[in-house]
Formats: sequence, structure tokens, C-alpha cells
Amino acid sequence: MPLTQDEQSPRSAIRGSTEVAAPATLPAAPPTGSRRLSKPKRQTWREAFRRDWQLYSLALLPLIFLAIFKYGPMVGNIIAFRRFRPGGSIFGDEWVGLRYIEMFINDPTFWQVFANTAILGGLTLLVGFPLPIVLALMLNEVRKKYFKKIVQSISYLPHFLSVVIIVGMVMQLLSLQGTVNQIIGAFGGEGIPFLQRPEWFRAIYVGSEVWQTLGWGTILYLAALTTVDDSLYEAAKIDGAGRWRQTWHVTIPGIRPMMVTLLILNIGMFLQVGFEKVLLLYNPLTYETADVISTYLYRVGLVSNNLSYAAAIGLFQALIGLAMVLSANLISRRMVGTSLW
Amino acid sequence: MNQPTGVRVFGAVNVTLLVLLCVVMLYPFVTVLAQSFSSSGAIEAGKVSLWPVGFNVDTYIAVTSNGTFWRNYGNTVLYTVVGTTIAMVLTTTYAYVLSKKHLKGRNALIGIAVFTMFFNGGLVPNYVLISSLGMKNTMWAIVLPNAVSVFNLLVMKSFFENLPKDIEEAAQIDGLGWYGIFGRIVLPLSKPVIATMVLFYSVQYWNDWFLAFLYLDKSELFPVTLFLRNLIAGASTSASEGAAAAETTTALVSSNIQAVTMVLTVIPILCVYPFVQRYFVSGIMLGSVKG
Repeated sequence: MPLTQDEQSPRSAIRGSTEVAAPATLPAAPPTGSRRLSKPKRQTWREAFRRDWQLYSLALLPLIFLAIFKYGPMVGNIIAFRRFRPGGSIFGDEWVGLRYIEMFINDPTFWQVFANTAILGGLTLLVGFPLPIVLALMLNEVRKKYFKKIVQSISYLPHFLSVVIIVGMVMQLLSLQGTVNQIIGAFGGEGIPFLQRPEWFRAIYVGSEVWQTLGWGTILYLAALTTVDDSLYEAAKIDGAGRWRQTWHVTIPGIRPMMVTLLILNIGMFLQVGFEKVLLLYNPLTYETADVISTYLYRVGLVSNNLSYAAAIGLFQALIGLAMVLSANLISRRMVGTSLW
Repeated sequence: MNQPTGVRVFGAVNVTLLVLLCVVMLYPFVTVLAQSFSSSGAIEAGKVSLWPVGFNVDTYIAVTSNGTFWRNYGNTVLYTVVGTTIAMVLTTTYAYVLSKKHLKGRNALIGIAVFTMFFNGGLVPNYVLISSLGMKNTMWAIVLPNAVSVFNLLVMKSFFENLPKDIEEAAQIDGLGWYGIFGRIVLPLSKPVIATMVLFYSVQYWNDWFLAFLYLDKSELFPVTLFLRNLIAGASTSASEGAAAAETTTALVSSNIQAVTMVLTVIPILCVYPFVQRYFVSGIMLGSVKG
């Protein structure tokens, strides 16, 4: 296997003649029989480049992309500690220390939106995480293949819609003339302007989120379910386990690693509650419950032009997110032995 | 086979719940479709639910004769094609490099990409960057910032890793360089995963509205999702763009126009969906194979 064994293959012969070898040489044909003789030797960078320069060159464009569009903004967060002047340097003009950090710590609105974010993210996790598991288990019990396929196809569909479409649908359903108010009207109730009522916002947000992600969320569980060994079910049956106990003792343990992995990922994205959706759904009347960190920093930064202050809030949010993934990962590695890396 | 009653009841309840789920999933589509064909009076009176009331196609005619709508629709197609092309070039090449387990520095290259999944620069620095690159009000602000999805990258990487090694080895012995192996051997073998990724990226670009909202000021550059967003926003708050669209169609309420625009925006996705969903699903499955 010349493609994978290179770390072990004897490169010393080539190493001595680096200057003479042709630049485009690929991994040499497997040096027969000599593998055992030489000690595993780490390649030097020089050898690696000589041999694989074509591979490295393929990575160049993507690396430039990542450097500019992903790592550039990370470094750009430095404006959270510097005064930024529109038209000036993108990294700001002068150090101001922790001024902007202090600013948001002393900003009551920040804590309000922080609480809103945590509540919205928590509710989404609480409702949105278990439901796909339940649906996957339900689908798993369906005997008729075509029926299962139809349900899957229909429930995956919302995943592919733009958030603008989702919000458009929500607005139509919940408008004063919409279906929900038609039903309320049919029972003789008063119409409710749901989208203008802060007390309804969370339900609307979580409900539409579940509607969009429920079906798609089952895919990974269904994949994990196919790997559960049938003989375990047979054994459980022989031991007299009914359907519920089979589910509880065989199916659930079978998909537990997947559950943990997805839980970690979800926890990591906990604070990144659907910024775009909130931005489309909320309005000043519902800010009280709807305004989240990302929408607040959007308004502070891009509408009111306090870029440094907004960057400080954004950096704080991103760091909390990172810390949460890392700790969720650590906890799950300690407790269940499953982790992302 | 005679099953115990408990099992049969369970099966029946299960199927009933799943049917109910399908109804809930489909209802919003149906009602939007019904509204798009209904008369504005019927919508305002709250009579439209499953079926068009006062059937007409006037709103479709009104929306499709609106120049801005078509221009924005065309922009969406353009952004989708250009964006997907760029994204595919970057993703395939990088995934291929990452799939080579012997490559020195491979772990660092993977780490560089994966880290961006868990930590991102944030809205404001991104905005400052795009502005200072002079990309505002250009297509590049839409197609470039999200051109590499790390998730897609990892899916492709694990696909390449699972390709049979001996073909590449044979090509190597025949003296083909990595460029040749990648272009002439690996890519033709990777049609399924390439198809999946093209679809993933196309949907991403087709659905995007936020980058356009951030970086584009000129309505002739808008994608259709932003056109729709402005209709929706116009209906509830300032009626700037919504009114512009309604000018041509004085008599129509904007929920009519919204419904039609939604239908027309979703149609391409609905049309390809039945054919591509198995690719989507297999793509996800590939990604779940831990690499």
C-alpha cells in the first residue's frame, strides 16, 4: 500500500539525493521487502513537499479562502478591544482595552437578550432534541416500506426551505385571517394577533423550528438504528421482553452514541439560536421575549453603527459557544465514553 | 400471523400519529398554494384554508409581469450557479487533499477547517471584512463568504477515503501525478458524492437571503428570497418594497402576492426534491461515518 505506508517506508535513500531527484516525483514504487529493515522514520517537510507538492498545491486555494473568509473575521474580532472608525483600518485604530466588554456587562439590555437567548435555545433543545428520536423510533416500527418512505419524504421536505419561506408560512398561518385564527373563530373565540404578542413568540419560534427540523433530524438516528444487531432483539424476545422493553433495552442503547454526539453538537449551537429566523419573525412589539444576542448585536452594530461594541458582544457569544462544545465533549467522554474527537 | 392485540393497537396508533404528522407537515404548503389562487376578498374574510376560494390566476399574472421579480429570480439562479461552482472547486480539492492519510500536516489541515465549525468570526468582523474588500453590492459578497461548508467537506473526505485504493496506486505506478489521479480517476469515480454536494450547495445558495440583505442595497441585485422578505416585512412594517410590488396590482392584498412569490420560489426545490432526496440522505449517511 504505497499510499498509506509512507511514514514507515525507508526514505533515507531518497533523502540523501534530494537535490537531484526530479521535482514531480510521486511516491516511489513500494520498496519491496525493505520495510522491516529500516526503523520508522518521520518524513521531513522537505521530503513531504518534494513528493506531494501537487497535493499541497491543491489545498492552496481552499486555504486562502479559509484564511480570508473564516480566520480573517476571527482576527477582526480585535476591534472589540480597539476603537473602530468606518473607513479606517479594519483592525481598528487605537487600543481601548476592555472598555467595550465593560460596556455590555453594564448594559441591562444585554442581560435581557442574554436571558432570552438562553430560554429560546433551552426550549429548542428541550423540545427539538428528543422529538426526532421519538419519530425515528416510530418510523422504525413501521412494517410497510412504502408508507415509511412516504412519511420520510414528507417530513424531510421543510428542511430544504429557505427561512424566508418558513417565516412567510408562519405569518400566513398566524395572521388574523389565517388558519389558526379561523379555528379560534369557529369556536367563537376572539382573533389573536400572535406575532404582535410577546407571550406567543417562544411557542411560535420553537414550533416552527420543530416543524422544519423534525424529519431531517431522524436521518442519523435511522441510520444508527439499522446497525443495531437483530440477534439482540431475538435474545431479548427469548428472555420474554415485550416491545417496550426491547425498545428500552436494545434499541435505545444501540443509538446512544449517536444521541450523545448530536447532543454535544446541539449544546454547542445552543446560543446561536436561529438568528435569521428571529430577525424575520420579531418586531419591536415582541422584543421583550424575542430579542436575542445576535439580533441585538445586529441592531447595535450594523443599524446603529457601534461596530466595536457589537463585536465585543459577538466575541463573547462565540467564546461561550466554543466553551460549551468543549465542555459538553469533555463531560460526555468522561461519562459515556463518546466524544466528537 | 396472528399478533397479540397490544401489538396491533400499537401499530394502528403509530400509523395514525404518522399520518397526522404528514398532515401537519403538508398543511402549510397547501394553504399557501390555496391562497395564491384565491381572491383577495376571500383571504381578507379569512375563508381560505385548504382550497382556493374565488379561484383566479390574476395574482400569478401580476407577479410574473413584474420586471423586478424576474430580475431577482434571475439573480438567484446566477448566484446559485456561480456560488455552487466556486464551492465545489474549493470543497472537492480540499477534501481530496484531506483524504490522503499519508500526507504530512494532514491533521493540521483538517483542524484548520474543523475549528471554523465551532468558532466563527461573528457578524460584525465579517461585515467589516466584506466592506473593506469592496465587495458590497457585488455578487462576490453573496457567493464567497459561505463557499466552504465544513460539514460537506467532511462528507466528501470520507467518501474519498473509502474509494478503492488500488486504482489510484495503479495510476501512480503508471506515472500519473496527483493532478492526473484526481482529475482523471478520482473525480469520475465520485459522481454520486459530487451530485450530492452540488445539490446541498445549490439549496444553500438558492435559499440564502441574509448575505444579500446585509451586503446588497440595490434592488436590481437582490435574489428572489430578499424580494420575498421585503414583501413580508412590507406587509407588517414599512411598505417600501412591498408597495413597489403592489403598485402594478392595485387591487390585490399583499398576502396574495406573498403566497404567489412563495410558491414560485419553492417550485424549483419541489421539482427537484423527489429526484434528489435519496442523494441527500445518502450524503448525510456518508457524513455520519466518522472520519
